[in-house]
Amino acid sequence: MRTPVAPIAAAAAFLVSTAHAIELKFAPPDFETEYAMPYLFIPPPDGRNTWWEALILFGALSLTTWLVFKARSRRGLFGVSVFSLLFFGFYRQGCICPVGSTQNVAAAIFLPDVAVSWIIVAFFVLPLLFSLFFGRVFCASVCPLGAMQELVAIAPIRISPALERVLGLGKYIYLGLAILGVATGAGFLICRYDPFVRLYRLNDNFGMLIAAALILLIGVFIARPYCRFLCPYGVLLGWMSRFSKFHLQIPPSPCVECRLCEDSCPYNAIDMPTPRHLVEDPAQGKKRIRGLVFLAPVFILLGALGGYMMYEPLSRMHPTVSLSERIALEDRGIITERGNLQADTFRVEGKTAAQLHAESLAIKEQFKTGGALLGAFLALIISIKLIELSVIKKRTIFEPHKETCFSCGRCYPYCPVEEGA
Amino acid sequence: MSERKKIDRRDFMRFTGAAAFTGATWMAVGEKAEAKYWQLDPAKCTQCGQCTTHCVLNPSAVKCLNQFDICGYCDLCFGYLQPGSRDLDSGAENQLCPTAAIERKYIEAPYYEYKIHEDKCIGCAKCVKACLIFGNGSFYLQIRQDICINCNECSIAKSCPSDCFSEVPQSQPYMFLTGDTYLAHPPALS
Ligand code: SF4
Ligand code: SF4
Ligand code: SF4
Ligand code: SF4
Ligand code: SF4
Repeated sequence: MRTPVAPIAAAAAFLVSTAHAIELKFAPPDFETEYAMPYLFIPPPDGRNTWWEALILFGALSLTTWLVFKARSRRGLFGVSVFSLLFFGFYRQGCICPVGSTQNVAAAIFLPDVAVSWIIVAFFVLPLLFSLFFGRVFCASVCPLGAMQELVAIAPIRISPALERVLGLGKYIYLGLAILGVATGAGFLICRYDPFVRLYRLNDNFGMLIAAALILLIGVFIARPYCRFLCPYGVLLGWMSRFSKFHLQIPPSPCVECRLCEDSCPYNAIDMPTPRHLVEDPAQGKKRIRGLVFLAPVFILLGALGGYMMYEPLSRMHPTVSLSERIALEDRGIITERGNLQADTFRVEGKTAAQLHAESLAIKEQFKTGGALLGAFLALIISIKLIELSVIKKRTIFEPHKETCFSCGRCYPYCPVEEGA
Repeated sequence: MSERKKIDRRDFMRFTGAAAFTGATWMAVGEKAEAKYWQLDPAKCTQCGQCTTHCVLNPSAVKCLNQFDICGYCDLCFGYLQPGSRDLDSGAENQLCPTAAIERKYIEAPYYEYKIHEDKCIGCAKCVKACLIFGNGSFYLQIRQDICINCNECSIAKSCPSDCFSEVPQSQPYMFLTGDTYLAHPPALS
């Protein structure tokens, strides 16, 4: 890469070729006096998304891992959260964050003419790798989105696990939609609807600021609503974390089953010991699992069909499709008032409506396949979740659920077991 | 013994998994190209004014620049002067730019130089539009790469009705009206 690292004071541009691409109404003058034409000042890029930012990410992940496993310091994690919020959030203005990098990677996979730089790949891969070995340490205090929510979660209440599971499906839907959006060229949904970047940048998009404030307000009572119910990257981190080699433990040495930590986790991420009657009578559960496994393919097919039928509304996320619909309505005289900038610009540009509609049709075709895949994916996820509900894991102690625990360390202070006791 | 073996195998799988995952991601996406920046193509811009309000930054990272070598140095500069202004001078009431970002400087009869103070420019494109209609079109908008935070999905890109915004390679971060005939150089220090 040829990024100019040292800020160049000024850069000039001058004409090399004499062939003007544009027609000049007035020829630039030949000055009689000693006048030197000024340089065109083009400031070079300021070096965002460079290797040292990836290095800081790596450092923050390593520090968090140490804080979670060795220091076991909730305070330390809180401190890193503040740093992440300031650096990844306010300084880098939340761009590009690992959560959003999912889309860059997806774009590079699905779209033939898109590539991403290795720094963005590093942003995407690093937190996932850490998750594979140490659980979701990225979520604990490095993610700027999570950090902001963690800092406002002052009076968290616990919601019922059933509600948690249902709302938790939101993140799979969001991930599916986001990837569908990228693959069809409709845009980057995750960035578009990221409520937190509005706050980092404190710009004047009032509607989104209100939405952000609302989410944070909810976040005071229902801790980390975005992380639990929406975060698409969280899905990938959770999958990785399931296989993690090391994972945060609540007591540093064997649990004494005092049940003190039971209420400490606002994220419903602590699994209770399995009730004895379930362990002793597994027959019923097994029957249910067999039934579910048997039904799953049917369910997935239905999901695919449902997704396929949704292609019309789904395709409206693509700007070309919505423009084509608007133009069709205008042409049929159903919409008469002007003022839609996109439509008006289309009118002066000289492309024909037929061309536009043809483009839109081709895009809708893509959404048929995409919709079916999305439906099948969601049905698969739901099937797996249902089967999981029926699987009985024998647990004798309280332990954090590897997939959903954010490694935030809130439960540490509740546990009376001392190190090495 | 068997316990140890089991753990070793798991570790092995985990490392293989991690390597495969990173490798696959890398193969699928990595190192294909140099980093890219957003830039707008002045040849496509219709001066709709969205750049002012739709950049995530306030004021916008889009600024107007004057490409001096195609400027006509007009006395009657429509990009500078309010239509119907009584005097052709730099009185505030005569200026078109809402933020008075353009400086008019006398060079020699009848020529004036128009310099844009980018810290004041909000990218409203008023001057661009007028210069394009009546003059040479030497005023045009560009994303200033030192201000732009290069958001993942440039938020003007999705509201620009003219499809101006695209990603350009890092080595050529600006798009000039005269196309690639421009070379960017640091000025010789004198
Ligand atoms: S769940 Fe998502 S938003 Fe929340 S901390 Fe993790 S990566 Fe960030
Ligand atoms: S670290 Fe403890 S409190 Fe935090 S999410 Fe995990 S189990 Fe819950
Ligand atoms: S949004 Fe596009 S068309 Fe409108 S002023 Fe900006 S570049 Fe020009
Ligand atoms: S008229 Fe608008 S675009 Fe032109 S210099 Fe002034 S603020 Fe910038
Ligand atoms: S990339 Fe972001 S900061 Fe840059 S011009 Fe576009 S919206 Fe503005």
